[in-house]
Amino acid sequence: MSYLLALAGNQNCGKTTLFNALTGSNQHVGNFPGVTVEKKEGPIKHYKDAVLVDLPGIYSLSPYTSEEVVTRDFLVQEHPDAIINIVDATNLERNLYLTLQLMELNIPMILALNMMDEVRASGNSIHVKKLSDALGIPVIPISAAKGEGISDLLDVVIKTVKEKKPTQKLDFCQGEVHRAIHSIAHIIEDHADAAGFPTRFAATKLVEGDEPMFKALKLDTSDIHIIDHIVEQMEEDLGTDREAALADMRYTYIEGLCAQCVVKHQETREQLRSEKIDRLLTHKYLGIPIFLLIMVIIFWLTFSVIGAPLQDLLSAWIDSFTAGLERVLTVAEVTPWLTSLIINGVCAGVGSVLSFLPIIVLLFFFLSLLEDSGYMARVAFVMDKLLRKIGLSGRSFVPMLIGFGCSVPAIMATRTLSSDRDRKMTIVLTPFMSCSAKLPIYGMITAAFFPNHGALVMTSLYVTGIIVAILSGLLLKKTIFQGSSVPFVMELPAYRLPDAKSVLLHMWEKAKDFLHKAFTIIFIASIVIWFLQSFDWRLNMVADSANSILASIGSIIAPIFTPLGFNDWRASTALITGFTAKESVVSTLTILTGAANDAELGVLLPQMFSPLSAFSFLTFTILYMPCVAAFAASKRELGSMKEALLTAGYQTLVAYIVAMVFYQVGSLIL
Amino acid sequence: MTLDHLKPGQGGTITVVGGQGALRRRLLDMGLTPKTKVLVRKVAPMGDPIELFLRGYVLTIRAEDAAKIEIEEVVQ
Repeated sequence: MSYLLALAGNQNCGKTTLFNALTGSNQHVGNFPGVTVEKKEGPIKHYKDAVLVDLPGIYSLSPYTSEEVVTRDFLVQEHPDAIINIVDATNLERNLYLTLQLMELNIPMILALNMMDEVRASGNSIHVKKLSDALGIPVIPISAAKGEGISDLLDVVIKTVKEKKPTQKLDFCQGEVHRAIHSIAHIIEDHADAAGFPTRFAATKLVEGDEPMFKALKLDTSDIHIIDHIVEQMEEDLGTDREAALADMRYTYIEGLCAQCVVKHQETREQLRSEKIDRLLTHKYLGIPIFLLIMVIIFWLTFSVIGAPLQDLLSAWIDSFTAGLERVLTVAEVTPWLTSLIINGVCAGVGSVLSFLPIIVLLFFFLSLLEDSGYMARVAFVMDKLLRKIGLSGRSFVPMLIGFGCSVPAIMATRTLSSDRDRKMTIVLTPFMSCSAKLPIYGMITAAFFPNHGALVMTSLYVTGIIVAILSGLLLKKTIFQGSSVPFVMELPAYRLPDAKSVLLHMWEKAKDFLHKAFTIIFIASIVIWFLQSFDWRLNMVADSANSILASIGSIIAPIFTPLGFNDWRASTALITGFTAKESVVSTLTILTGAANDAELGVLLPQMFSPLSAFSFLTFTILYMPCVAAFAASKRELGSMKEALLTAGYQTLVAYIVAMVFYQVGSLIL
Repeated sequence: MTLDHLKPGQGGTITVVGGQGALRRRLLDMGLTPKTKVLVRKVAPMGDPIELFLRGYVLTIRAEDAAKIEIEEVVQ
């Protein structure tokens, strides 16, 4: 007999920590069908036949966000054997709001009262038995972070599952709402049964005016008419509307329950401490400088102090591995094309991307710290006003900032955004932030054309990227991402020490994700580019890549760039290879111009470009579609190849237009 | 009076929660229901959003959304 268990709870209540404690490292991460909402599942330790699904962190079962809809659909359609509802015991009042809604689903349920250690340490207490009696479900005090009460919880979960005892019908409602729910329940009972919804849950949702529920029940017009009438009557009697009436009813019941069960003398130490920390971190004048300082330190540690040596070390290993492999292949007298495929194609392509692994893992280490400590919510609080104008919220700020380092982790970091729309929009805009792999291209062009104005050119290009992102944001807000964004109504959780296991698992998960990309989509792309670069149209291997298929494709598309000022096959070929990794633009130009070194390249480049067309080329390079690794990340996070291709197409189009405007306007002025 | 007019350190009792659709539902779900006592703790460095304390926890909302919440009995 195998069991399906669901873990549900608010954000910031320690849900992930509990999930990790229950399942260990044996997790599978995917998406819920049809949406890019993350779904984690894994067998429970010591109970291999019980699978636990981690549902998104939500505050309610409203029909407005994809996270809430996914949770509803999962609970109603997959019929889990039990729900483990984890709540933050230091903040019981708001946490129980979801509990009351979950209880209407008639699924056996266990309440895990997390952070009880903090409650006790502050001299407060919760009458667990009273709470359990009132709700009619088992209530287990735990501390997920300290591993306390986990085995008790597991025992009770298994017992509950075996008993198959659904939640009792809990009448938290009174008076007019009570009457409305019960009258409607009576009318829709058959419809609810047919559609697979618990009657009570369906009736409550209808009283709330829940559109998806009206559709799902397939009610006829006369039923809808009667329901509307009942609700109107209720609204009239209460002097308030349907949604407020139910929210008020739930909270009133919870207030009464908490008055009986919670003994709270003072705020917990964590809450008091958070208030003190926030005096500094969200300070009127110091808040933003401190945030920027933290980011500078993270970048400095990631890209130079720790990341760079690790990256060099890994590159050296990959190089020596490649060299060793090449010797073996030569000794074994493997045909030259196969050797070239393995060495110049796979090893060079995958290897160059793979060397980014330490940087990505490190960035995610710091990002997990920011997220799990509670600081990320403060960043959103501090930076929200800046991003609101382009239709995003403060939550998108950190992924965009990471984009200046590398688009891959930046795009992967959008997963923590709580809105589907914000996530997609951030993925589209992030690559406009010029990443570190583009620095060699700046270096090459500024050395050749603007040796005395390097800083100015670089700054202007960074600024261009930001302005393009802002304009793009405004455009997208008015077109594809129209409609109201998910409201920015966000909890600022108490600061807590991140859980080491969760941070490590998070890093491991991202590393795995990246490795998976490196050996699938990046592997294939490397082979394709190698093939195009090494063969001519008659499929003969070419000694000089100027004769390759790639070069001829470059020649064919070169005229497209005439309005941008660089109709040159070498430039367009370099842009194609830039897809494997941005720094390849430099190496390709070096090879195709026949330059022996950087100094010689500096002499040869002015024959291809004028200073103005060089600037236009640079502009195009920083804005056009990101490298294959970033593309793979965006495909993964968007959850669709089509959307990833559209995104890349959009970015390339924007790059083209901006570079063209620069060149044409520049030609008029100069 | 609406919630956005309170200064940090001032609190009041909610009378009406306006707005509509996803925003209104979200405000209600997070516990901003009529009769709830709410305290404005802070304003973000750029002047918006604002930080609230209610039902024993800390919540942040934008000033434009706070303008949709009516309050009474304002106290320091």
